[in-house]
Order: sequence, then C-alpha cells, then structure tokens
Amino acid sequence: MDRKIKKWLIVLILLVISLVFVSVLALVTGSSKIPLKDIFDILLNGEETASYYILTGLRLPRIILAIGVGGSLGVAGALLQGMFRNPLVEPYTLGISGGASLGVCLTIIFGLHAKIGVIAYPVSGFIGAGLVIIVVYTLSLRGGALKPDSMLLTGVMISFVSSSLVMLLMAISKSDDLHNIVFWIMGSLDEPDLTLIKLVSAGSMLGLLISLFHCHSLNALALGEEQATFLGIDTARTKKILFITASMLTGLSVSVSGIIMFVGLIVPHFMRMVVGSDYRILIISSFLGGAVFLILCDLFARTIINPLELPVGVITGIIGGIVFIYVLGKKQVRL
Amino acid sequence: MTNTMLKICNLCTGYHNRKSLDHISFSVKKRELVSIMGPNGSGKTTLLKTIAGAINPLSGNMILQGQDTKIIPLKERSKKIAVVMQFQQAAYMTVEEYVMMGRLPFFKQFQFFETQEDRKITHKYLELTDTYHLKDLPFNQISGGEKQLVSIARALVQEPQLLLLDEPTSHLDIGHQKKILDLIDSLKETLGITVLIVLHDLNLASEYSDSLVLIDQKNQTLFSHDIPENVITQETIRQIYQTDVLIVKNPVTARPGIFLTRQKKT
Repeated sequence: MDRKIKKWLIVLILLVISLVFVSVLALVTGSSKIPLKDIFDILLNGEETASYYILTGLRLPRIILAIGVGGSLGVAGALLQGMFRNPLVEPYTLGISGGASLGVCLTIIFGLHAKIGVIAYPVSGFIGAGLVIIVVYTLSLRGGALKPDSMLLTGVMISFVSSSLVMLLMAISKSDDLHNIVFWIMGSLDEPDLTLIKLVSAGSMLGLLISLFHCHSLNALALGEEQATFLGIDTARTKKILFITASMLTGLSVSVSGIIMFVGLIVPHFMRMVVGSDYRILIISSFLGGAVFLILCDLFARTIINPLELPVGVITGIIGGIVFIYVLGKKQVRL
Repeated sequence: MTNTMLKICNLCTGYHNRKSLDHISFSVKKRELVSIMGPNGSGKTTLLKTIAGAINPLSGNMILQGQDTKIIPLKERSKKIAVVMQFQQAAYMTVEEYVMMGRLPFFKQFQFFETQEDRKITHKYLELTDTYHLKDLPFNQISGGEKQLVSIARALVQEPQLLLLDEPTSHLDIGHQKKILDLIDSLKETLGITVLIVLHDLNLASEYSDSLVLIDQKNQTLFSHDIPENVITQETIRQIYQTDVLIVKNPVTARPGIFLTRQKKT
C-alpha cells in the first residue's frame, strides 16, 4: 500500500479511537459517577433507573451534539480556509454567528421564547444566520462568480454591525434577558430537544459528504483559481457549493448551541500539522478532530467547578488558544 | 484530416469587458512551436489564458482540432490543453503530489485515490523532465529552474495535444533557459505536442520557433504571423518596440538574432 495512504489510515484509526475514548469518558464522568463496567447493564436492563436517564437523556445527547457541532465547525473551517487560501478565516468570520446572535437576542428581548417555547432560540438563530448568508452571497456575486475578498469584507462588516446591535440590545434589556443573552452567546451543548440534535447530526453528516465530494477541487484551488480552471475545475460553481455547505454547517451549529469559538479556526490548522494539506484526509480528520476537541472541552466545562457548569465556548477559547500557541511555537502552520 | 491544431478567428478578449486584443486571427499547425511576442502589456498572457479557458472571449471563435472551444466542457478541454504559467503556487505539496495534480481531469466521478496508471504516467514525465530525483521534496523548496521543469512535468501528465507556456524562461540563467527550451522543442517529436509559448526574449523565440505571432500593442491587434526570418527585421522591431536593433544571422542555424546597441553619449 502507498506510504501516504498508510499514514492516513493510521491517523483515521487513531482519531476514531480517540473519539470512542473521550465519548466513553464523557459518558461516565459527571456529578453522578457511573462506573464503566455498569454502563452496558444500565443501558440494557435499567430503563427505570436514574442512571439510565442520566446516560440516555443527558450525557449521550450531549455527546452526539458535541460530535455534530464540533465536526461541523471543523469541516466548515477547513473548507473556508481552503477556499479563501487564508489561515485566519474561520466559520464565524463571514458574519453567520453575528446574524444568529442578533436573531436570538431579538427573540429574548421580545419574549418570543415565552410564547412559542425553547424552539424559538434555534429557529430565530437559524433565520438570522440564513439572512446573513443570503446578504453575503448576494453582495459578493460579481458576474456569476463569488469574489473572495468581497465575501470576507462583507462578512466581517456584518459581524461588526450585528455585534454592535447585540450590545445595544443588551444595554437596554432587563437583567433576566441580559443573563439569557450572555449565556446563549457564550455557547452551550445543553440542548433538551432531541429533534434538534438529530437535525444537527444529519446536517453535519450531509455537509461532510458534500465536502468530501469536493476534496479534489479544494486541492486544485490550493494551486490558485486559474490553475484549478486549467485542471478542469469549474471554480465559480465550486466556490458557491463550498460557501453554501460551510454556511449550512455553521448556521445549524450556531443556532442550536450558540457561539462556540475557536473550534473552526484551530482544529483544521492542528490537523494540517498532523496530516498535511491534502483535503482528502484533512476534511474527515477535521470532522473527527473537531468532535474529539469539543467533547473534551464540554467535559471540562461541566466538571471543572462541579456542580456549576461553565459555558463551553469559553473553555474552547482558553484551551484551544493556549494549546495552539504552544504547537505553533513548535511547528510551522501550513496552508 | 486537417493539419490545423488551433484556429483563432476574429478573437476579441480582455478583462472586465475592457478589450486588450481586437480581432485577432491566426492558425497553429499540429506539432508546431509558435511563439507569441509583443511589448509589455500587449495582451500576450491574456491571449494564452483565453485559449486555456480562464478568460471568456468577448467575441470571436477558437477552433481546437475542428471543434469550437465554446462547446468543449472545461474538463474535456483540460485533457487537450495544458498550461504552465509564469508563477506557480503549490501549497505544501511534494513535487510528486504537485505533478500528480495533472491527472485530476482524468479522475472519474467518485474516484478518491489516484490509480497505478496515474502513478506510472507521473513517474514517466518526472523522468522525462529530469526531475524524478526531486519527487519527495516540498515543491516550495526547489529552485526556480526546477519549479519550471516540474510544472512542465505537471502539464505533460495531462497528456495534452496543445501545451501553452507563459514565459517559462524568465528569471532563469542561460543554462536553465536552454534546458527548458530544448525540452519543449523535443516534445513536438517525442510526444507529437503542439506548443504555443509566450516569450520576451526575441533571440530565444527566433531560435526555437517554427513561426512567430507578433502583437501590436498600439492597435491591440496581430501585427504579423510568419517564420522568424520574416518577423525579426529591423523595421518590424522599430515599429513594435520603438527601438533600433542590429539583426545578425546565427552562423550555425541561420536564424535571425538581435543585438542591442548602446546609445552613445554626445
């Protein structure tokens, strides 16, 4: 077998093992300790017990959501960094998180969640994110092709405008609402609605599949847009598909779990250092790496000051940032 | 069977609807090496990019082996035409990975990995361009001359019938200039490839080309398309480049060569 493919296989196997390991660790760890040896017994025979509820009603959905959100943000980051050939781009650069935050803020301020239930948060987040995607897409379309510079600038400006509007809303909101807004913005994987978790999981899988279909185009884009055209890649069409895929992944994640910083920036970079810049392996390893990283960060967030739960978005920022600076000092980042 | 590889008919092209070439027409025969020449900014590279499909022509037609390029899908076109541009970016790939990218147009819809055949073809052209020993090095770490040879290998891996090159010898020493042009020249015979090449160096163009296409920057149009002896003349050079030169025949090949003469201070 080719040396490169062998290396890729080893990395994939290691990532899958890490994913299983951190998932089991997250399953047994928490304010109520459940021994590893009892897990199968509880899952098979203990339907009425409290442990069964903790495992299947609280921890397992959380782990699945972490896989969906972490994977989505990892893949979205890898796609956007490749598409823009810019190492500083991350899923939130395009203003999608800003739009979602503004949507959720308005929901909280106008008390819509009291009228239509907790579903109001993800729905308004998704509408906000969707509107931003449409605005960025429309404003960046020139002669049938998306202009990367224009996309980035429009996205960054929308981010500024929406975060200013969010701050304005926070300044004039009641203290209860303020607390809700701040907590939503800082991100959490505490999501009671199973349908939403399924939706995020299905969306992340779909996004991963679409991205894998375009891995050759992303590799060609690394040679420059013109060179990719000479290799038979329809760059205008590819950029549109990649933008919509990355936006869908980010929009779904952010509307269900709030703003979880740094995953989309750090995970693809970290995986690049490990597996190289070939998108055939980078996309899938960014998905798995994002999932492992978010499960771990969530585990920290809910156990570090037990029983208090910290917002996971803050933990990803702190851990991710420090680890990344350390690794950066050791090895050069490659794009 | 027609002997014409490429026929350009009344082609107008440019960026953002700004014309840089106006009603250009010429033909390139199979297995011919044709150089495109002209002053800076005359639209030589634009012409090359238009033929390659990176710029849509404003009007006119390009007929590739009897088929209008408008109806050839991009992927099919990249199996017929390969391009080597002046500057290459290759994001942290090894030389072998970079050259293998040339097989991309041949990948089937759901093909994920390159085949043994792709690998064999890649190695064949790495050997032909004398760059096989570089295959495991990062592309960004090899020299400018080596990069140019490796880029030609990547283009050849596409197994094209028409090879387009944009100033492949600029910034290279004369040893590398000769090595690259000898290699390109040999491709006509060994692989039956037709070559269209943008060259600034009129002496190199004269020495290696079967015919020269000279672009007139002032009128944005074709000035002449002929054999080197008829294009490289004192009058033509004065008219197109606004400079006086001395034309001397190469004693070995009898091709016209150019000497610049320094203007004496009075």
